[in-house]
Amino acid sequence: MSRLPPPYGSRIDRSRSLAFTFEGRRFEGHPGDTIASALAANGQWMLSRSFKYHRPRGAMSFAGTDANTLVQVGPEPNVAADLTPLEDGMEIAAQNVNGSLARDRDAVIGRFARFLPVGFYYRTFMGPTKDAWLKLWEPRIRAKAGLGVIGADAPDIAVDKATWHADVAVIGGGPAGIAAALEAARAGSDVVLIDDQPALGGHLAYTPEAGAVGELVAEVDGAADIRVLTDTICTGLFEDNWLALARRDRLIRLRAAEVVLATGCIEQPAIFHQNDLPGVLTAGGVRRLMHLYGVAPGRRAVVYAADPEGYRVAEELRAAGVEVAAIVDPAPGAAAPEGMRVVAGHIAAARGVSHVTGVEVGGEGIACDTLVVAAGEVPAWQLPAQAGAKLGYDDATGRFVLDLETPGVRLAGGLAGEGATPVGAPPMAPHPKGKDFIDFDEDLQVKDILNAVKEGYSELELVKRFSTVGMGPSQGRHSALATARLVAGATGRSVGEIGVTTARPPTAPETLGALAGPHHVAERRTALHREHLRLGAEMRPVGAWWRPYLYGSGDRSALIEAEVRAVRDGVGVLDVSTLGTLEVRGPDASAFLDRLYTMAHATQPVGKVRYCLMLNEMGTVIDDGVAYRLAEDRFYVTATTGAVPRVYADMAFWNAQWRLDVDVVNLTAGFAGFNITGPFARDVVAALDGDIDFSAEAFPYLTGRSGQVAGVPVHAMRIGFTGELSFELHCPASRAGDLWAAILAAGEPVGLKPYGLEASRILRLEKGHILIGQDTDALTSPEELGFGWAVSKKKPFFVGKRALEMRRRLGSTRKLAALTFAPDAELPGESCLVLRSGAPVGHVTSVAHSPTLGHGIALAFIHAEDAEEGRRVAIRARSGRMVEGTVVGHAFYDPQNERQML
Amino acid sequence: MPLSLLKYGLSRDYPVTGDIPATPDLKRSYDVVIVGGGGHGLACAHYLAKYHGVTDVAVLEKGYLAGGNTARNTTTIRSNYITPEGIAFYKEGVKLYGEMSGELDFNVMFSQRGQLTLAHTEATLRSFHLRAEMGRHMGTRLEVVDQKGVEALCPRLNMDYGGPLEVLGGLWHADGGTARHDAVAWGYAREASRRGVEIHQRTTVEAIDVEKGRVTGVVTDRGRVAAGAVMIACGGANYEVAKLAGVELPIRCYPLQAMVTQPLKPWLDTLVSSVSLHTYLVQSSRGELVIGGGSDPYMSYSTRSTLEMKEHLAEGAVHLFPFLKGVRVLRQWAGTTDMTPDYSPIMGASPVDGLWLDCGWGTWGFKATPVAGKRMAETIAAGKVPDILAPFALDRFERFAVLNEMGATAASH
Repeated sequence: MSRLPPPYGSRIDRSRSLAFTFEGRRFEGHPGDTIASALAANGQWMLSRSFKYHRPRGAMSFAGTDANTLVQVGPEPNVAADLTPLEDGMEIAAQNVNGSLARDRDAVIGRFARFLPVGFYYRTFMGPTKDAWLKLWEPRIRAKAGLGVIGADAPDIAVDKATWHADVAVIGGGPAGIAAALEAARAGSDVVLIDDQPALGGHLAYTPEAGAVGELVAEVDGAADIRVLTDTICTGLFEDNWLALARRDRLIRLRAAEVVLATGCIEQPAIFHQNDLPGVLTAGGVRRLMHLYGVAPGRRAVVYAADPEGYRVAEELRAAGVEVAAIVDPAPGAAAPEGMRVVAGHIAAARGVSHVTGVEVGGEGIACDTLVVAAGEVPAWQLPAQAGAKLGYDDATGRFVLDLETPGVRLAGGLAGEGATPVGAPPMAPHPKGKDFIDFDEDLQVKDILNAVKEGYSELELVKRFSTVGMGPSQGRHSALATARLVAGATGRSVGEIGVTTARPPTAPETLGALAGPHHVAERRTALHREHLRLGAEMRPVGAWWRPYLYGSGDRSALIEAEVRAVRDGVGVLDVSTLGTLEVRGPDASAFLDRLYTMAHATQPVGKVRYCLMLNEMGTVIDDGVAYRLAEDRFYVTATTGAVPRVYADMAFWNAQWRLDVDVVNLTAGFAGFNITGPFARDVVAALDGDIDFSAEAFPYLTGRSGQVAGVPVHAMRIGFTGELSFELHCPASRAGDLWAAILAAGEPVGLKPYGLEASRILRLEKGHILIGQDTDALTSPEELGFGWAVSKKKPFFVGKRALEMRRRLGSTRKLAALTFAPDAELPGESCLVLRSGAPVGHVTSVAHSPTLGHGIALAFIHAEDAEEGRRVAIRARSGRMVEGTVVGHAFYDPQNERQML
Repeated sequence: MPLSLLKYGLSRDYPVTGDIPATPDLKRSYDVVIVGGGGHGLACAHYLAKYHGVTDVAVLEKGYLAGGNTARNTTTIRSNYITPEGIAFYKEGVKLYGEMSGELDFNVMFSQRGQLTLAHTEATLRSFHLRAEMGRHMGTRLEVVDQKGVEALCPRLNMDYGGPLEVLGGLWHADGGTARHDAVAWGYAREASRRGVEIHQRTTVEAIDVEKGRVTGVVTDRGRVAAGAVMIACGGANYEVAKLAGVELPIRCYPLQAMVTQPLKPWLDTLVSSVSLHTYLVQSSRGELVIGGGSDPYMSYSTRSTLEMKEHLAEGAVHLFPFLKGVRVLRQWAGTTDMTPDYSPIMGASPVDGLWLDCGWGTWGFKATPVAGKRMAETIAAGKVPDILAPFALDRFERFAVLNEMGATAASH
């Protein structure tokens, strides 16, 4: 490993070495090296094989703008070797190689290139048999797709996110960006200065004038109001100056009042035969190699000076001890540099197999091991275009020009056209033998672009889509200008008219990990979560909530059945704290509920609890609950666990529309709730100390009482889902533990048993109660549920009323029915189809074996004409067998509703 | 190497096929004018020309050929819907995709690797069972698989998360797949133009002429053309274009976004989507991971993509496959989806005679390209809506005869 002496290699720390392997061979580099610079220092120029023809490729710009520098680092694919800092112990491999990098068996594909024209895959692989594509061709082609391998052992990167604000964000830490940042800071602005390199300085850092960088950076460091972010790429400029600033493991989202874009220019390749060989470098690439990393590009170089910058690079090469075999200049000026040969003309081809060995100029061959191309550059248009810049083209400079009028975004430096000299566009010398690459990512040659246009894909977007130009990892950075020129020439339009395809974020690759950030799954626990665990509950998620599914361990169905029996024969308690609770307050509270729900609330006496049914504007049932009138102007309303966010949002929406004098407060999770249910429920609540009279006379069904129980303030309601005598106590969540303990203690003499969700589902099904969302769908009307009783006929308006009336006129062909099954019958699963003359007319929505009744029960949508009691309906079970259910016209359990009235 | 490529290697000059003819001058009149040169419009033109002998057809496209949602969608093809009407229709679409390359002599790369949709809640699992039962009844390949089944179909899926995002099971749709979206449009365009259909790119319809309740022609920025029949198939612009004829569609437009990563060697065989995470992934034939999700939450005609949606999609992708954290995003984009209230399309007659609708394709249009084209061609040629399209009529919303596919659409498209 040989390096140029200091001051070359300003970025590397020569005092330390890092060991790494590439393709199994051991190498050494220095801290400060990129992977590519360290390999170049060791004479390893080839980094990868190209996508289609498996041609040897290496780094060209050493700026992270190429596609062919992507390598595999351990389990991590597609790592940009010319951008990624070298680390000790890295195990690096080439990508897209069949065999080894040096001897890639798929390189043979290049010999058949003439048989594989642009878009060839649309015209073949369809035979010989009808399914040849699916069975024969696709699997083989698919196996060749892609670049890097994503290993199962890919590292779990620790990622985070931050959100920043600034007065001014400056993207690009070159001289123009630094000047803008300093100016803004001097004017009193809070500035963030962002650069993708490890240090500020931009192109100055890799020129002989690099010394000037130090002073600029010192000034930035001295400015208190400038935050500097190096190694960070601005990957997107979104609406309202919302910037994505990406690092491998971090995403910073920055909102800036003003944005200055100063990301400079992108060097362009020249087009000639074999312009893709390793050893072909851009002027900037050579400079970065020498000045930043102290690596000489070779021993003998030819400089293609289509841009006068080439002459300066030639001088720099000579100063570094590299022989300059010739300067090739399409339009030589008066004075050749002393001691250097200038050849007038264009480079027609580079020679070599896996590395440059010479060039052809005007029929002459010149031997060299390095070809430096100075062919001009274009402004990095991607961020300005995202900001709304219009792109034009200047024939004199051969550059795109940007016109940006978006308020709050400015262009500086190269983006604003600074430094553009009238050199014309990069040379383009299409070669009869091809291999004159326009797009290195996709192995597209001049003829591919022209043939795409000939096929009728003459719009630039169609050229891109048909040929895939610009779609690879480098996203057109090196191909957009050449493509626009070719399409312009072939269609008789100007380069400016053709332009570039829509610039889409990100401007540089950003990791999924950084975008995702630390992944947190929202979970909610009721106030009694620990209590349930202590009691041996098996917890299950219901939406974001954790709820007890059942208590205890062992035979699950036996446990569930015991819980059901405890409620039917004794008393049970269910934690209903996840229930949505809302308080509706104000003089118009009852009017508000009247408009929102289907029943009458204006006439509801204080102290009464009334069922609530909510429809959408289509007349579809979307939620239910109860409303307990606490006072003339106060209701305590429940909503189902899953629907409460939506119900609350709807209430806020309608309240804004109707402008009633009412406030809605979402108390969900602020209140805990327990439903004590079973024949002995009153024994439990009556045993609690407090000021509420729980006797049947004082506290009838569907009423509510508020007061103190066991020293805890509660709303108590006589409502239930099980069909048994039930009291539901709601208290502030902070006091839930106290109330729970008191309830358990009071219930002990009568064998109170906590029960879980599954028992609750069976209990409600035995009673024929529906679950909105499970037993209803997006079209279910109250009529289909047999809920006519819950819809006021007198109210002039409620949400969904108009639709309901229209639907009533149109009629409905289905009904939700209660079905029973013979004790030994196979039960259909949920969602099994109800068939009538072989056609589906509905499906099973809930089904269970009833421990209380000893046979299967279900709710199902059936044809309305079959809804009479005693009718039999056919259901196809999951097994495929047909089973029969019998319609019952009432609740399965306690049809007279006597038990809940006790 | 297939023999069909020999002509390219053995001829001196590239043998031009001329897939897309240059835009000709507009004639003064056509039998049929199709507004919208996307997949649907071009497919309809093809079927009109090839099967109904209607070749005096102009397809008018405001931008470049198939540059709207045909170019922007993530190419999912499937028929695992929930209504019998929807399943019957999309099933024919899947069948036509299987035959498309042969039909068009253009390889659209239909890749039938199956779609796996994940359930993280019991409610989702229940809806999967309903789709599976309905699919089985209608003859599509669809089954509910348990956790083991999910692991077998997608071995690298993260199954370790407990809690609300635990994978409880999946819906396996062996018929699901993808195709090369651009090629579908180009193939139809090529075949249609070979039979005389004119394709006019960069031609904007500015007005639709209606006389006595009947459409008579359209006014474009290149002049007026008379038309015996007009079909609207403009994707995100459907609402605005229909309004030109005085027809108000029940459509709201939302942006829909997606992104791709850098190419990786193939590791993900099936399409995978998660209902709860609103995320789906598919690995393209180029090796890129295509990642998408649900529509944006607000209405807009903007196709400028957002950082928020990209973060959301990345979060979903990394949740399903944590080893993707170091994989890099290459490109993100957005399209405009014309959403209907019931997540089903609007096809068939409009209140204006001779004006046919192929609208309301929201996030589900690509998979229907061949079947919508074929059946709309049948409709226009006969002047009558065939049975398979009848349920999708515009007036179904007045009749409350909606075809609710919301549950079968979210994040799967």
